Amino acid sequence: MSASFAAAALVGAILSGTSLLYATLGELVGERAGIVNLGLEGIMLIGAAVGFAATSLTGDPYLGIAAAALAGVVGNMLFGYVVITRHANQLAAGLTLLFLGFGASALVGRPFIGAIITGLPRYGGFDALVWLAVPTALLLYWLLFRTRWGLAVRAVGEDPAAVFATGRRPELLQYQALAVAGLLGGIGGAHLSVALTLSWDEGMTAGRGFIAIALVIFAKWNPLWAVVGALTFGGAESLQLALQASGADVSPFLMNMIPYLLTLVVLVFWGLKRRSAAPAALGRTFFGVE
Amino acid sequence: MQRDLAMNLHGLATPAARQRAWRALAVGLAGLGLFALLLILDGKDPLRAYRDTLIYVFGNTYGFSELLVRMTPLLLTSVAVALPSRLGLINVGGEGQFYMGAWLATAGALAVPELPVWLLLPLMTELGFVGGALWALLPGLLRAAKLVNETISTLLLNYVAPLIVSFFIFGPWRSAESSSYPQSPAFTDAARLPSLGSTRIHLGLLYGLVCLALYGWLMSRTRWGLEMRAIGGNAEASVRLGIPVAGYVIAAMAVAGGVAGLAGMGEVSAIQGRLVANLSPGYGYMGFLVAWLAGGSTVGIVVMAFLFAVVSSVGDILQITQGVPYAVVNLLMAIVLFIVLAERGGARR
Amino acid sequence: MNSVPPLLQASGVVKRFGPLLANDVAEFAIGSGEVVALLGENGAGKSTLCKILYGYYRPDAGKFWVVAGQPVTIASPHDARRLGIGMVFQNLSLIPALSIWENVALFLEDLPWAIGPARLRRRMQALAERLRLSADPRLPVGRLSVGDRQKVEILKQLLAGARVLILDEPTKVLAPQECDGLFRTIAELRAEGHGIVYITHKLHEVMICADRVSVMRHGRIVGTLARHDASEATLLGLMFGDPSPADALAPSSRPAATGAMALELDGIASVPEAGATALHDLSLTLRSGEILGVAGVSGNGQRELAELILGLQRARRGAKRLWGEDATHWSPVRIRAAGVASIPEDALASAIVPSLTVRENLALGNGRRYRAGFGLDWRALAADMEGSRARLNFPPLPADARAAVLSGGNQQRLVLTRELAHEPKLVVALYPTRGLDRRSAEALLGLFGKLRAAGVALLLVSEDLDELFALSDRLIVLRDGRIAGTFLPTSFHAEAVGPCMVGTAHAA
Repeated sequence: MSASFAAAALVGAILSGTSLLYATLGELVGERAGIVNLGLEGIMLIGAAVGFAATSLTGDPYLGIAAAALAGVVGNMLFGYVVITRHANQLAAGLTLLFLGFGASALVGRPFIGAIITGLPRYGGFDALVWLAVPTALLLYWLLFRTRWGLAVRAVGEDPAAVFATGRRPELLQYQALAVAGLLGGIGGAHLSVALTLSWDEGMTAGRGFIAIALVIFAKWNPLWAVVGALTFGGAESLQLALQASGADVSPFLMNMIPYLLTLVVLVFWGLKRRSAAPAALGRTFFGVE
Repeated sequence: MQRDLAMNLHGLATPAARQRAWRALAVGLAGLGLFALLLILDGKDPLRAYRDTLIYVFGNTYGFSELLVRMTPLLLTSVAVALPSRLGLINVGGEGQFYMGAWLATAGALAVPELPVWLLLPLMTELGFVGGALWALLPGLLRAAKLVNETISTLLLNYVAPLIVSFFIFGPWRSAESSSYPQSPAFTDAARLPSLGSTRIHLGLLYGLVCLALYGWLMSRTRWGLEMRAIGGNAEASVRLGIPVAGYVIAAMAVAGGVAGLAGMGEVSAIQGRLVANLSPGYGYMGFLVAWLAGGSTVGIVVMAFLFAVVSSVGDILQITQGVPYAVVNLLMAIVLFIVLAERGGARR
Repeated sequence: MNSVPPLLQASGVVKRFGPLLANDVAEFAIGSGEVVALLGENGAGKSTLCKILYGYYRPDAGKFWVVAGQPVTIASPHDARRLGIGMVFQNLSLIPALSIWENVALFLEDLPWAIGPARLRRRMQALAERLRLSADPRLPVGRLSVGDRQKVEILKQLLAGARVLILDEPTKVLAPQECDGLFRTIAELRAEGHGIVYITHKLHEVMICADRVSVMRHGRIVGTLARHDASEATLLGLMFGDPSPADALAPSSRPAATGAMALELDGIASVPEAGATALHDLSLTLRSGEILGVAGVSGNGQRELAELILGLQRARRGAKRLWGEDATHWSPVRIRAAGVASIPEDALASAIVPSLTVRENLALGNGRRYRAGFGLDWRALAADMEGSRARLNFPPLPADARAAVLSGGNQQRLVLTRELAHEPKLVVALYPTRGLDRRSAEALLGLFGKLRAAGVALLLVSEDLDELFALSDRLIVLRDGRIAGTFLPTSFHAEAVGPCMVGTAHAA
């Protein structure tokens, strides 16, 4: 395999995987608190549209990213209100958020289709969000596993009643987790429009939000593994090009299937060993098999 | 039987039902109102759009027929969710099952295109059902064996099915005709589901209504339906009473997948006439919402599917007459749904 | 008892749950350096009292004082912890997926925002060593033995500053060898000046640990003794009350059953699921026209025994025979079809489907009996069920009402109507009168008598000794999944059966 092609594949994987990583990290935090958000794709779309629009209006891509992050938070708070306070079904609410994302992003983005923006400046070939991606994962790891807040969030995802018994408010913790998730999801979407393609198209996230949901499982709800997973899931196509260049012709579709099938196999494995890394309360909503 | 029908109709007239109807109306109006507000902010004329939609849909035969066309896949994918839900199973895999039904039906259409229509169409129908059923069978088996929850397994398989379809379209089934995007060769006329007159209403609508009716009949009139409802109501008691829970789980998932597969077959056979990528604009997920909103009731499913179809017509009108992208109609759907979720709260699982 | 003011004192504690009087305690106190045992049968109110002391329940009335004699209010576990009161529950409140140190960290209030896990672990180390908890604090709690988990709970409470430690039936989940470790720990904590409240129903433990024993019955403390004043006899007398005149009616003249052998269990050992009790080397026989009573404190294998007979649990060893046939591996369906009926303990949870109507519930579990085309022969079903109801002399239930709206008693009647409709030959009844009012309970017991007269074999599991004494032809006592004793009507007295149920030093 030619070194330059491998390098190109890796660069492609990193660029493509960055938005995926942010979205995955966000969803991971939410699921750690016991909430699965099937509407992540909607949040990413909102992030992409708002980010692009704000960048076009202000001329400042960093402001665009900030606006996208805020929009993501707002979207998730809406979702959170319905799921946490009104106790609605998480799956139905998530799909609703998905539709909201499709619609709102189309509405917001339409006037800006075809606009020219200055994208995020690149340093050493990568923009700031790419450089910050892995540090963000590390930060989240520290946050979840080394701070009181992270411990409480993880405990809520395992056993909200036990957390309540220690005098904390599980609902508040869940809102906070969703806020973080919305922020990161919005950034993940914005990276596509403001850093990669420098354009906005309806539905441009092309299912990345859903990929992120599968990725969270693949990563066993651990931010560090999410980095590996984002490279794998996001880089499948890149890798395929590299393989093709070296003579092996593998269909990109088959390559893209592997991560999902792998995740399914892992789940079966866990089922056999009666062991699950899923947060227990999330498990009851999403995974309970008894 | 007569007594039950009378009781059902009576049920529609009770104060509780009237209250529900008023609430539904309020929710609908609130949703339309909020959406209208957003459109006004965007400089559009929502009232004109609403009026145009009503004229198109109810004053125009073709317009009305398009409603039925849009309803057709939803009738099927919602049954695919409703049936397992009565056992307490959550099937979000309608998308994948849809694609696999389309795929297997296409395999049939491409393999024996020379068959006459009265052989080919039934064959494709069966293949559509089998394709979807097999795709849902794996999650069913995994759930029955208590290995993997069906919610996540069907979700994961949703990603794989379109990839399989794409693989075939770009590869073995790639049409020789040059075209801007890859697709399978066109089906022969024999492989096309007949449509009604000059409209696009096709036999798939009949499939949908039949499946819906069978689902309703199965649940309320057969002993299998009774046992399935028992499982959904109290799985532990069902086991103790000797009901074969595992068998029902597998069967329900397989049948559900098959029904969704029929929707896929209908799409490729009647609407597209070939296998293409991006076959479904989310019919599986919409089916989930339709079934959830309808609470699994057959009448409810028809009503909700109809409403979804009307809403999507609003989207078309907005796009044609005022240049609003069609996708914005999702906003209307989402607003109404959020209101329903917020006020209904924990009423549903 | 010393004259130092007690660590915790409560008086006039009253707690009602609906019509049930759970607690009516005049005085309770625990001092520094002493172990007070709260002894009593299930349902005597021991746990309730302690949950009130821990702030888990709010009492209807009661005053509390701590150390310096100041009156305090305990409105939540938060308050209790601040007052230095800790409680280790029966079902430990740890989160299995989190590690030991994380569970402790979740509980403590004085940690910095950025928990320094290493620093916390060092803080925990000394205590862990004293409690002989050798597990790595980074291990997830779910991987620990139950004994170690209990130690984590104790460590958690001590680290949070508990001076009074309440232990709710701590040996219930421990293996015998782990119990010694627990007693040693209790002795050490006592020596350091902690006050320990020890809830139990086991006499021999009281004799090992306690300085004082308070016996509770029906929500009240009926007697408090210092250990050297307490003997098995006096404690049992306080626990179970004086022999009631009803015992004199123990039908010693009932002839031994001679019907066909309905059920035989031969050396049964079962595989326990999580939280269940394993059955060991269980052998029993039950003949037609006989009532075999099963006594014992709840949680000693009664449910597992019933489920094993019904085919819902698998036997790891041994054989089960129904009417002479080897039924060890029969499915529940087959067993039901052979004429075995089940009256489970919680109708709502395990025998009826709340969302279905009464009529539909009656149709369940009858297998293929009422097949008619794709549906059911509702008419025949209704006729049979009506006949059953009439035989049982139950008032009619509205056929189209959802089972969820029925009262507990009516739900029980629904189950009985269905189960007894086809004249079963063997009935397994698990706490059948629980939740029933007096009249219904008596009617049910009368029904059992009639069934026996008709030649039905009946296995009756109950916690109510009066009930068991009145009906049983033979009585076995289950303890820790084994048969701890077998009694004939001539020895149906609380003084004989009681010790067998709770396990004295001799019978351990």
